[in-house]
This record gives sequence, structure tokens and C-alpha cells, in this order.
Amino acid sequence: MTLIATESLTKVYGGGVTALSDLTVAVEPGIVGLVGANGAGKSTLIKLLLGLLTPTRGRIQVLGLDPTADTAAVRARVGYMPEHDCLPPDLSAAELVTHLGRISGLPRTVARERASEALRHVGLHEERHRPVGGYSTGMKQRVKLAQALVHDPDLLLLDEPTNGLDPAGRDAMLALVQRIGTEFGISVLVCSHLLGEVERICDTLVAIEGGRLLRADHIAAMTSATDVLAVEVSEGTEALATRLAALDLPVGREGRLLLVPLADERTYDLILGAVAELDLPLHRLDQRRHRVAELFARRENSHA
Amino acid sequence: MPEPTGVIHDIGYQRYTGPRLGRRHVFGALYLHGVRTTFGLGRSAKAKIFPWLVVGIVLLVAAAVTAIRSQIGEVIMTYAQFADAMSWLVIFFVAVAAPELVSRDMRSGVLPLYFSRPLPHADYPLAKLLALVTALFLLLGAPQLLMFLGGAFTADGMGAVWDELLDLLPGLLYAGLWAVVFASVGLLVASMTGKRAFAAGGIVAVFLMTTPIVGILSVLPSQAANQLAGIASPPTLVQGVGLWTMRDLLITESNTADLDLGAFGPVYALAAAALVAGCVALLLARYKKVAAR
Repeated sequence: MTLIATESLTKVYGGGVTALSDLTVAVEPGIVGLVGANGAGKSTLIKLLLGLLTPTRGRIQVLGLDPTADTAAVRARVGYMPEHDCLPPDLSAAELVTHLGRISGLPRTVARERASEALRHVGLHEERHRPVGGYSTGMKQRVKLAQALVHDPDLLLLDEPTNGLDPAGRDAMLALVQRIGTEFGISVLVCSHLLGEVERICDTLVAIEGGRLLRADHIAAMTSATDVLAVEVSEGTEALATRLAALDLPVGREGRLLLVPLADERTYDLILGAVAELDLPLHRLDQRRHRVAELFARRENSHA
Repeated sequence: MPEPTGVIHDIGYQRYTGPRLGRRHVFGALYLHGVRTTFGLGRSAKAKIFPWLVVGIVLLVAAAVTAIRSQIGEVIMTYAQFADAMSWLVIFFVAVAAPELVSRDMRSGVLPLYFSRPLPHADYPLAKLLALVTALFLLLGAPQLLMFLGGAFTADGMGAVWDELLDLLPGLLYAGLWAVVFASVGLLVASMTGKRAFAAGGIVAVFLMTTPIVGILSVLPSQAANQLAGIASPPTLVQGVGLWTMRDLLITESNTADLDLGAFGPVYALAAAALVAGCVALLLARYKKVAAR
């Protein structure tokens, strides 16, 4: 089944601002990364998925349902974690998540049980009975995630879940999202303006810019056959680049690094041979995956 | 050392396959949560102080009235007069409870969590409104019930109890009118701002700042203007409806009301209905806009 499908989806706001323009995309269940700069249309897409906004033109489907027509049915199966602060400071996490579970249609006792389960899964234990106002940013983000999870949705919509977190907190949050997507069997749409973060955990990547689709594909398809060797020499970078080019290797530059696509094992030998012949001090030679960002950068350049 | 009697197993994430309740239950859950909120239940001790202070005062007044009546047989207040006498307290109660119900949610940004759930956007304000109406009705109705019980136990014979009951029922209806008018006006004002202090000030202003208008209208050299003056302010509007429908219960020797309606009683009733309908319509429009944000 298709998780999310849009067809020529367009949203123009009242003031004439086009937030999404002719977006056609179909993604399969799993962890989906939705990346784009601020203002690219990510939040608009989420609101359309939740049926909070109606499309100006085009069609949108979530879990096979139309969020504009079957709003309640869609929302019963979707959990939403907003980007901004959304927690009343004087309620405890347990009370808040229980209450929101009931608003999602859970019976009273079930809501209480599932609330403490959801809070446990996101890593909040005894502190869940304290008022949210005293929580750290990391704990608040976890409560926001727990309230999206309490009614056991089939799809989670996470809007910038790592916002405001320190690097350790980001890693923990991403690991949690990955666990939800793999172990819990819940599909996740993660919105972020940080590509580097999302590409680590998602199966599918959808990139939008200025309300238009940049690219949507499996992450494997985006990064396969794009391994490169990064070469750094303390001096004589120019000479080495010339030499490698003479050996028919397509050399790229990134600062002081030379990037050579890894065709096969022979590429190593060619580079090492060239360095040895020129008698240059080799600083490092390592293989790295092509970062998805570079793919987008290249694509944009070729369009220009 | 005793053997550990239980071992905690991490059974992992459990999918939920049980029932998901419909709109009526969700509305009920939100409504009950609202009623509890107005009395500070399930909240910090600080949030309980004011509501229970007001509850304490009205119950104390009712107990005093009942005691005086049973001791010296003098009726200080009829059931219907009780709501009039407590109008200041009701205004302050609304000024605290309405912002608690809606402004707080607006301030903390929790609304997107409600409106991304299977909750129609009209249900949120309606559940809150019904909760506030219920709270106000309890606030004015419970003391009347106390007075009734006191009166019934000291009455001679079943006939007297029956008479008491016939006095009580209009009193409760009148309390319901107070509750509906004050709740709809108060909640609409509170829904305009996320700042609780502003909301509280706004509510008190709407109820009290309109009183001078009544005063000015009632001294104009036109009898019609004098008789319609009460419409300008919610408390006198409600009193007007009360005077029109149950004059003999509101006006006793000990309390001669200064409000003269002339033949405009039905106009007061229509104005009250229009005020409530207008407030509810604006409230729904307000949340339709908020939900799409």
C-alpha cells in the first residue's frame, strides 16, 4: 500500500502565497525523510496530510484515505508532533498524554495505560508525574513524541523533532525515531531542514524546495554506486590532481580534498602509485559514502 | 534477603487493537476535563484556591440564609434572588475560569495537538462552553439546593415542601440563565487572547464597564429608554428577563428592584437569546480560524 500519495498537489494561501506547487509524489511505508529549507512547504504538506488545510488543486492521499473527505478516519490513524512548543506547563506528562489519548478516542483506562507505555518507550519514567514546565528541552521533545504515539497510529508526522536539542539529544531522538520505524512497525515522516540528520535514519527521502519536488527516491538508490575516495596530501595537491586526471580518473575538488569515484579495487592502487611517484606526504585516503547533499548540489548545478 | 518475587520484562511495543470511541465520547472526555479545570481539580493547589474560595462563600451565604430562616422564620432571600445577590461572585468566577479553560490552551500552543486529532473544530469550543455553563450552574444551583433542604426539613407537612419545590425550580432555571449568558460572553472574550490576565480583565470590563451605560440610559428623559436601559449590560439584561418571567419571586418587601421594564419584557428575553447566539456564533468562527493555523 502507498503511504502517502499526492498528485499535482498545489496550495495557494489567501494572500496569494504559493506554498506547494504541482507536487506529485508517492512514498511507500517506512521511515520517510522530508527535507527542504525553511519555507520550502514542509509544514504546509503536513497540514494537508492532517486535513487541517484543503488543497487548492490536485489530490492527496494518506494511508489510502483522502484527508479532506475522511478527516476523522485519517486523524485516528495518524500521530502528529508539531515543531513548536505545545505543552501546558502545569500539567504532568502522564496527565497530558492520557488526556490526549482520550481525545484520540481511547477508553479511559486504556488511555492511562497506553500513556505510561508511550512515555516509557520514549524514555520518561518516574519524572512523568512532574509538571512539564520543569522539563528540559529534550524531555519536552520526548513528551511531544509520546503524545503522538499514545493512540498507536499507523503513521507519525514529526515536524523537526530534533529542534533545539544538543548533539547528544539529536542522536538520541534520531535513534528513537529509527526504533519506532523499525521495531514498532509504525511508518514515520520526519521533516527536517538538516539533510545530514535525516539521511542517517530514513529509507526514503523526499526533497522539496520552494514548494516544488526536488527529488524523491529510496535512500539506497541515491547513495549506491556513489562511493568516493577522499585523498588529502599535505602539499602538492595540484600536481596530484593533474597526475590523476592523466590516469583517466575523474577528480573532484572539495577544499583541500581530492575526491575520486571508487570504480574498483584498482582505483586505490592507481592513487597510491601516483602519490608514491610524486613522492608526496599522504595525509589521508579514505572511502566515504556520497552524502545525499552532494547529489542535490550537483543536480541543482546541472539545472542552472 | 528475600527472593525477588517478580521480574520486569520489556515486552516491547504493543499495537492497540481495542475499540476506538466515537465523537460523543471524545466530546464527553473534553467536557469533563473542562468542568474539572474550572474547579482546579487535577491541577496544582494554587489553581484550586480561587474556585473553592468562591464555592465556600456561596455555600456559607446559603447556610446563613437557611439558618436565619429556621431560627427566626424570616426569609432573607428567595431562591431566585440568590443568583442576583451572587452576581459579583459569578463575574469573578467567570473571569478566572474562562481564561483557565481557553486562554491557557492558546498560550501553551496545545491547540494543534487537539485539532490534529479526530475532533471536529466546533466540538472544542462547545465542550468548553458547556463545561463553563455547568460549573456556573453548579455554583448557583448547589447553594439553592442547600437552602431547599434546610427549608424542607423545617417545613410543616408535605404541602409546604411542595411549595418550597415550586419556588426552587424557577430559581434553578434563573441560575441556568445566568450560567448560559455569563459563560458564552466570558468564553468569547477569553478566546481572543492567550494572556490570562488580559482575558480576565476583559471579562470584568465587559460585565462592569457596561453598567454606567445602563445608568446613563435610565436617567434619560425618555421612558422607553429608561425601561430598555437594562439591555445594555449583561447582568441587568439577565435580571430583566428574570423580572419579566418571575417578578413575584424576585421582588419581595425586603428587596424592591429599581428596574422598571414597562412592556419591554419580551424584548429583554429576545436580547438575551440574541446575545447568547451571537457569542456562540463568534466563538465557533474564532475556532474555525484557529484550527486551520
